Amino acid sequence: MEKLIKLFISFFKIGAFSFGGGYAMLPLIEEEIIKVRGWLTTTEFIDIVAISEMTPGPIAINSATFLGYKVAGVLGSIVATVAVVLPSFIVMSILYHFIVKFKNTPYLEWVFTGIRPVVLGLIAAAAVSVAKSAFIDIKSVIIAGLLFYLVSFKNFNAILGIVLAGLLGVLLY
Amino acid sequence: MLFSMFITFFKIGAFTFGGGYAMIPIIQEELVDKKKWIDDDEFMDAIAVAQGSPGPVAVNTSIYVGYKIKGLPGAISATLGTVLPSLLIILAIAMFFYQYRENAIIDKVFLGIRPAVVALILSAVYKMMKKSKFGYKRLLISLGTVLIIVFFSISPIYLIIAAGIGGIVYNKVKVKE
Repeated sequence: MEKLIKLFISFFKIGAFSFGGGYAMLPLIEEEIIKVRGWLTTTEFIDIVAISEMTPGPIAINSATFLGYKVAGVLGSIVATVAVVLPSFIVMSILYHFIVKFKNTPYLEWVFTGIRPVVLGLIAAAAVSVAKSAFIDIKSVIIAGLLFYLVSFKNFNAILGIVLAGLLGVLLY
Repeated sequence: MLFSMFITFFKIGAFTFGGGYAMIPIIQEELVDKKKWIDDDEFMDAIAVAQGSPGPVAVNTSIYVGYKIKGLPGAISATLGTVLPSLLIILAIAMFFYQYRENAIIDKVFLGIRPAVVALILSAVYKMMKKSKFGYKRLLISLGTVLIIVFFSISPIYLIIAAGIGGIVYNKVKVKE
């Protein structure tokens, strides 16, 4: 029980203090789980990050689930996952209500008008950063080109696109 | 409605490889294009708020969109839907498949999926750009953002804050004129 409470506190902290999503969370996890608590070795941690990258879902959630399981079994994985999501839930609830309350003032609309082009840029920049590790040869560039064409111009379903790309990977490599 | 939301977010959670931003094209396709539960502007606002808050961007976006569609119950079912696939898959791996983590076929599948993630994100950008009808001024801001993020390691939060302040100042001046 004490372990579960500690697990909850650690992951709540990790969820509450990692701005900027998944990868920003990793140093925090390293600090809390390896250095402070001593629950894992660095090699195990690297393995967990690799597995989190290979499985669907946000990396933060994946690593919390995996670490929770390693530390305290199935119950541990549930506790860690709930704890890492809870700060998001609380903060987003507050922000959402705040935004609804000020919806009819022009200021909020002005703020979002300013932010929207930046968001578009942030998403495009995310593509660049994934491309750095994804484009390893001409074949990967061709896969990306084909998928972009299918999804943007032929209304091809994005989820089917991922399945197709996985098959292409097996065929081409 | 709540159940159909849960299923949709479960799909989103189950098919996003590569973390946060890989989720955006799928959320866009499912919620904006297919179900029309929110529009493109609302979706971009959700991403902005999600990016400026602690926690995974994908989960934050789901929570916000969940609120938008159906209040607190909506937010809860969106969160459960997004998180549950991860929890189930990772638990299965931790319990049964940990020893198979080095597998040649899986490696090949991922060599194919990684470039596809790039393509999906770019096509989300393309669709948003087309629908947003940004003029050249705002597109220049988008381009500037890409360059700043790619070449300098500045946190996106600062850019979002600066853009929000910029939006107020720009419109205040315009109103005065």
